[in-house]
Amino acid sequence: MADPTDTAFVLKGRMLTLMVFELHNPNIVQLAMRLKEHMAQAPNLFKNTPLVVDLSPLQDGFKVVDFPALVSLLDNHGLTVVGVVGGNEQQRTAAARARLALFPDSPGRAVSEPPGATTDKTEEASSTEEAPPAPAACDLVVRLPVRAGQQLYARGGDLIVESSVNEGAEVVADGDIHIYGALRGRALAGARGRGDARIWCQSLDAELVSINGIYRTRDDIDPALLGRPAVIEILNEKMIIRAFG
Amino acid sequence: MTKILVVTSGKGGVGKTTTSASIATGLALRGNKVAVIDFDVGLRNLDLIMGVERRVVYDFVNVVNGEASLNQALIKDKRVEGLYVLAASQTKDKDALTEEGVKKVLDDLKADGFDYIVCDSPAGIEKGAQLAMYFADEAIVVSNPEVSSVRDSDRMLGLLASKSHRAINNLPPIKQHLLVTRYSPTRADAGEMMSVEDMLEILAVPLLGVIPESPAVLNASNAGQPVIMDKESDAGQAYEDAVARLLGEERPLRFITAEKKGLFSRLFGK
Repeated sequence: MADPTDTAFVLKGRMLTLMVFELHNPNIVQLAMRLKEHMAQAPNLFKNTPLVVDLSPLQDGFKVVDFPALVSLLDNHGLTVVGVVGGNEQQRTAAARARLALFPDSPGRAVSEPPGATTDKTEEASSTEEAPPAPAACDLVVRLPVRAGQQLYARGGDLIVESSVNEGAEVVADGDIHIYGALRGRALAGARGRGDARIWCQSLDAELVSINGIYRTRDDIDPALLGRPAVIEILNEKMIIRAFG
Repeated sequence: MTKILVVTSGKGGVGKTTTSASIATGLALRGNKVAVIDFDVGLRNLDLIMGVERRVVYDFVNVVNGEASLNQALIKDKRVEGLYVLAASQTKDKDALTEEGVKKVLDDLKADGFDYIVCDSPAGIEKGAQLAMYFADEAIVVSNPEVSSVRDSDRMLGLLASKSHRAINNLPPIKQHLLVTRYSPTRADAGEMMSVEDMLEILAVPLLGVIPESPAVLNASNAGQPVIMDKESDAGQAYEDAVARLLGEERPLRFITAEKKGLFSRLFGK
């Protein structure tokens, strides 16, 4: 047995839970805006939280990440970046240069292709099945009405419309869709194969609603639900529309 | 500072030209120097509504092509001081207009000290309509109280917010106004037409005015006189209110409730 006074340190393998920051959009300015909005809701929630930046949503592109700027931005919000996971060669090299630790891609990551999904196989599978519905960094927030002929796509995240989606407009999200006005046009949630995606709207008057490829047109919606706040979800491969509020 | 207004709708036959003529005339009657331009190349109408059809020598396309000067093509209104009409070409097609050509004409009008340029858009969302709205500072979207018109107006509002010079260059957005035309309170009350509230709920832009369905409009266009000059008529007064609101005045909405039949009109079967 060694002398206890010699024990300057001990090396141990230990599992720690770390918060993962899934980075979908490396634009620092937009990120700063989203973070600010997000943090305003719960300013003290993340005080001094260690964080791993997950680059996998970006690894198929040629997106350059400005790590020093990202680290200081997150630091300003009380989030300490300790390392990165995922990402391509260039991104990982850049992270290493910014003195961030490189975590190996987690083996537990579920790269699942839900059955029946028409997702292009070459697309990155950025969604883990266990992923909580917590807003991703690239949630799309729209203040103005979405008008006839307009199309919006929240790639890899949720779509939040603070106004209405009018007839002849189409909103698509890989995650959930929240509409704080009337839904009069088309809404397609879970577009790249997420059966647990949902659509909420303040007033249901949709031309079409779809989740993970399962859809219903206006004619197939119970007239009693029209004009009311409603949530649309998939349960046992069936679309359920129910009023709330 | 010259202000460029576009009068547009998407749908045809809703009253764009009637509106352009009356708004331009109304602005000029209040002492502004105003040019109203017909962008409907190939289907010119504005000259008829303005009553200048017999005085058209050169048109908008001639100016764009450099075949005539702006001064040669501008037709001075004989009734209202400071009001000028630039007619559309009847013989050319819509491809005759180009972005550079339109810009040059608008810049020349600005240099001439015009206070307002009113662009009367053609129907549709094709090139002519896009050019009419491209350089606009403010837009009057004309809509009838029926679903297809409202949907087309919605589409146009979307284009105004994304395809205009202001939108593309990240300038402050075009100021949008809704003008409801051919409104019949009785029919709206009976559920045969959309109500103003329904239209506002869908389109979500400030209301510039409600022009009632009125025989005065047809009479005025037959006479080649903008209906706003018919000061006795309901439509004329409603346009006068709209011009006042455009200039920032507050005016209560008129002609939006059905007239209650009084004892006299019931007695005399009016």
